[in-house]
Amino acid sequence: MITTDILIIGAGPTGLFTVFEAGLLKLKCHLIDALPQPGGQCSEIYPKKPIYDIPAYPEILAGDLTHKLLEQCKQFEPGFTLGERAETIEKQDDGSFIVTTNKGTKHQAPVVAIAGGLGSFEPRKPILENITNFEDKGVEYIIKDPEFYRDKKVVIAGGGDSALDWSIFLADVAASVTLVHRRSEFRGHLDSVEKVQELKNVGKINLITPAEITAINGVENVESVEVTKKDEAPFILETDHFIPLFGLSPKLGPIGDWGLEIEKNAIKVDNALDYQTNIPGIFAIGDVNTYPGKLKLILCGFHEATLMCQAAYKIINPGKRYVLKYTTVSGVDGFDGTRKEAPKAVVKAID
Amino acid sequence: MEQDINITITDRDGVKHQVLAPTDMAMNLMEVVRSYELAPEGTIGVCGGMAMCASCQCYVLSETTLPDMQDDEEAMLSEAFNVKDNSRLGCQIQMTLEMEGLEVELAPES
Ligand SMILES: Cc1cc2nc3c(=O)[nH]c(=O)nc-3n(C[C@H](O)[C@H](O)[C@H](O)COP(=O)(O)OP(=O)(O)OC[C@H]3O[C@@H](n4cnc5c(N)ncnc54)[C@H](O)[C@@H]3O)c2cc1C
Ligand code: FES
Repeated sequence: MITTDILIIGAGPTGLFTVFEAGLLKLKCHLIDALPQPGGQCSEIYPKKPIYDIPAYPEILAGDLTHKLLEQCKQFEPGFTLGERAETIEKQDDGSFIVTTNKGTKHQAPVVAIAGGLGSFEPRKPILENITNFEDKGVEYIIKDPEFYRDKKVVIAGGGDSALDWSIFLADVAASVTLVHRRSEFRGHLDSVEKVQELKNVGKINLITPAEITAINGVENVESVEVTKKDEAPFILETDHFIPLFGLSPKLGPIGDWGLEIEKNAIKVDNALDYQTNIPGIFAIGDVNTYPGKLKLILCGFHEATLMCQAAYKIINPGKRYVLKYTTVSGVDGFDGTRKEAPKAVVKAID
Repeated sequence: MEQDINITITDRDGVKHQVLAPTDMAMNLMEVVRSYELAPEGTIGVCGGMAMCASCQCYVLSETTLPDMQDDEEAMLSEAFNVKDNSRLGCQIQMTLEMEGLEVELAPES
């Protein structure tokens, strides 16, 4: 069981900034995210694109914003459960909550902050009738550990950056790599496209275009796939793994069944006060919540996270006094023993 | 208003909606759908309109002349599901006066 003060579901910008604000109040945080990396939409959808409306940054890349948020909250030593989706929540007699992921990891905390954005990022699955039977039996939609494919035969489908980049990476790891795409044109960074061309020329990537995977065969595990080239008869290709990389799309998913009030695919909160949901102790902040006038912007998520932490403090430390301190004046004491503080003014006589 | 055009959008439940789309607000078809809330939040416009998610895919039902597809739209559609010959990405269709009478149907969510 992982225990913490504030359990944050979603490691997007809102969740990451919560760690910092909570840390100022001496509250510890743990984050769960379905993605293998933190950053939410900023790291999954547009890491290399600029954002122009982060206060004080005339321009910052979404990926850099993620790095800076991680850097800012590092001293408060957040815990991470990545690559797992929060599935169920159970209220305990002592008022705390236990959240369990799809992999069975359990987390307990007195306060839960849902910072789930547009929802948990789920793979877009190609329409093949028996594909779900082969999930984790040769079909994987996300590559977590490339070593898993060492000396295996791999078929990748897709035409974007992840299909290109993983084909390049696995060319050195797997026994064979076949890349199948509906068109001969790929959509990615120029160097990735050129590298695949190079590896194809030297026979390290088997490129089949324009083509589609039209069936998966196997008894228990994947044994082969059927490839259909445009205007040609289908053929069978033996393989140990089939990895469709058609991107991820966010789905509110299991959180929708937690008994929270949902409106417009988002969680209703009390914005006059502290962004608490209809279940006391569960808050919703950032893109995942809704209230009159809601705007899904990063800066709004930061504000909501800050107010939510104050309410969490009152739940965790009932009756205890608190007074707002400026970071400039009181400095920042990390849980890792570090201290940041403003340099003291010199007091020195002038003759 | 003079700058508005009439378009017909069939939502994912098959319901037809006649809506007025402004042509002077730099809006694309995906944004028109969102402004009228014809698809649930979070199921359309996921990539913000960068031709990177295909959540705004629609089928063009009228003979309206539309701007040609750019490379990125074509590439994204070739990776999307449920694609037909008349598929377009709504976010790549900027509303103009010439599109008066446009009829589209939203593709299923994927
Ligand atoms: C192309 C694009 C451009 C944008 N440009 C701007 C801009 O210029 N300015 C601006 O302010 N905003 C912009 N945005 C919006 C901005 O990215 C979002 O407002 C912001 O990412 C919201 O942060 P968040 O932390 O609330 O949610 P997200 O970033 O969506 O993160 C939520 C995380 O929660 C995880 N999650 C959800 N449910 C679960 C679960 N059950 N279990 C485990 N994990 C879960 C998800 O996997 C996800 O990683 C843009 C968005 C896009 C797509
Ligand atoms: S909104 Fe993502 S492709 Fe149009």
